[in-house]
Amino acid sequence: MENQIQHTDIYALAPHHRFQWEEAQQSYVILFPEGMVKLHGGAGEVIKRVDGKATVGDVVTALKAAFPDAEGIENDIIGMFEMAVGKAWLRKV
Amino acid sequence: MTQNSLGESVVQKAVQAQQVNNGVAATATQTQPLWLLAEITYRCPLHCAFCYNPTDYDKHTQNELTTEQWIQTLRDARKLGAIQLGISGGEPLLRDDIEEIVAEAHKLGYYSNLITSGVGLTEKRIQAFKEGGLDHIQLSMHDITEEINNFITNTKTFELKKKVAAMIKGHGYPMVLNVVIHRYNIGHMKEILEMADALGAEYIELANTQYYGWSLINRSQLMPTKEQVDEAEAITNEFRAKSGSKMKIFFVVPDYFADRPKKCMNGWGEVFMIVTANGDVLPCHSARVLPNMKFPNVRDDDLGWSWKDSPAFNQYRGDSWMKEPCRSCEEKEKDLGGCRCQTFLLTGDAEAADPVCSKSPHRHLIDQAIEDAKNPQIQAQPIVFRNDKNSKRVIAGELQERVAEFHALP
Repeated sequence: MENQIQHTDIYALAPHHRFQWEEAQQSYVILFPEGMVKLHGGAGEVIKRVDGKATVGDVVTALKAAFPDAEGIENDIIGMFEMAVGKAWLRKV
Repeated sequence: MTQNSLGESVVQKAVQAQQVNNGVAATATQTQPLWLLAEITYRCPLHCAFCYNPTDYDKHTQNELTTEQWIQTLRDARKLGAIQLGISGGEPLLRDDIEEIVAEAHKLGYYSNLITSGVGLTEKRIQAFKEGGLDHIQLSMHDITEEINNFITNTKTFELKKKVAAMIKGHGYPMVLNVVIHRYNIGHMKEILEMADALGAEYIELANTQYYGWSLINRSQLMPTKEQVDEAEAITNEFRAKSGSKMKIFFVVPDYFADRPKKCMNGWGEVFMIVTANGDVLPCHSARVLPNMKFPNVRDDDLGWSWKDSPAFNQYRGDSWMKEPCRSCEEKEKDLGGCRCQTFLLTGDAEAADPVCSKSPHRHLIDQAIEDAKNPQIQAQPIVFRNDKNSKRVIAGELQERVAEFHALP
């Protein structure tokens, strides 16, 4: 995969995709034509902060601040970006 | 109505969605109707030979749910966890309240999809859908040739479909095309894919005909040969690999040519809920063919009870209903014994193994159907097109020679 994620990159949700909290499932989901993906807690927290303005670095900083006890989450966050870009849930701005 | 929602691609994604959640299959008590299909009317301006709608649909064209009943149903289903909404039919655009329904669906947080032939879609209506928050439109296409399009749908709709495709694109909607594949268009696979790409489609579903309702009556007239299916799949794979197109292509393999059945609807009462034009609540599109079943109806029954507790939704949930050879089969979790409706229609026993399975004692019925489809005399029988007149004939018992073989029709 050529999805090299840089801290300066900015991402937004891909066209025709929607991200929302699902009360009945107690989780975040991404919806798109003919499908949906249920996100783990951590994955949901990452995508929630992707808004077409924040850089990857901003998202990492924000999550570190929000979850000060979680160690080494940066790799997980970058991994989540890689997967979401690979699955075409996100597009680069 | 096309066969899109029977498509495995849809089902598989729902499965993945569940697996991402907890890594194990949902149990009967934890299921949610993530997918709500509103078969909002059975009226249709097209007369497609492969339609899987019930052949007695004419009974249900005069007792459709009202706008208010649909909106209440959407609210109730949303509370149960429904999130993907398909608005289908028949042709949903024959109702003039789709705008209202779409807007309510958006307010409730559904990701909504209008599944249409395109007949009746105007600039004014698509504008209203956009404003109301409809998320996407799935358009059925039939062939690259006007001749086959007009033949199989029994209508002159070829030019219209191209116009509608441009309209959908023009309003910024993702282009989702559904093409039902049968003997008459299977030889045009490459051209169909090129057409879809040229129209700017983001998604195309190549749905090999599955045999329910009208398509079952016309099975010998529609079924391609195994060689044709293999070639079509090879062409599709080559297009995927070489064309450089970004279009996502789903090729739904026909189960008659497989040796294991499909996990129909991803399991009875697992993720799909269908509400029909007259308000029946079903775990699959053709469930009403099954004997001794009473399905709930939104006019009389609470939707939560219908999904969780009604006898009909629990009848084939899980695997406790299974007989041999399914009961002791190592693969039973993979396909849950296949499709109950297909099994009943072909064997007369709803609890038998799906006859598609090579372990089924009824597999010869499928092999015979494949042979019959090659028989020139059987092929020569006229197609029974899906229209009100033929539906009335089925109800009146006039088409016995075409339906006698199947244990129940609708």
